[in-house]
Amino acid sequence: MENGTAQGDGKDPSGFLSQIIGAPVTVKLNSGVVYKGELQSVDGYMNIALEKTEEYVNGSKRRTYGDAFVRGNNVMYISAD
Amino acid sequence: MADNGDDGANVSEPLDLVRLLIDEFVFVKLRGDRELKGRLHAYDSHCNLVLGEVEETIYVVEDEDDETDELKTVNRKSEMLFVRGDSVVLISPYSGA
Repeated sequence: MENGTAQGDGKDPSGFLSQIIGAPVTVKLNSGVVYKGELQSVDGYMNIALEKTEEYVNGSKRRTYGDAFVRGNNVMYISAD
Repeated sequence: MADNGDDGANVSEPLDLVRLLIDEFVFVKLRGDRELKGRLHAYDSHCNLVLGEVEETIYVVEDEDDETDELKTVNRKSEMLFVRGDSVVLISPYSGA
């Protein structure tokens, strides 16, 4: 119960994530692959649902996805563009 | 918050996106430069997947003797495949089938 007050007000990492839902984001994976898209949702595992996603490998665009689910364990960072 | 009417109606957590893909053709990116295309029969919270009518593509870099690294793909098909969740990187609806 010690973290009860900090939830959702942007003072903790998951608060930040819930604040940027719907915003354009850059997601980098541990493999170096980068996804740019609109953040649909995130869960506690840092699984991510993205919309209108572009995939970049070594800086060049590889693919686009209308919707994409990214498994959380692969995520290095999520950045609000 | 949710502004779209039909299929995106209750996508509140990321795995809901996968739930909407049941019985549909999906594209799955795996660790180790592997990709799968197939029909999604089942999944769970670990991203363990059961896929049918699967085509697997493996990207391999071949070390040639003349020092040119050639990118090659290997394809194989399976009628049914169980994928362990920890090798899954990305799941997306497959457009193009």
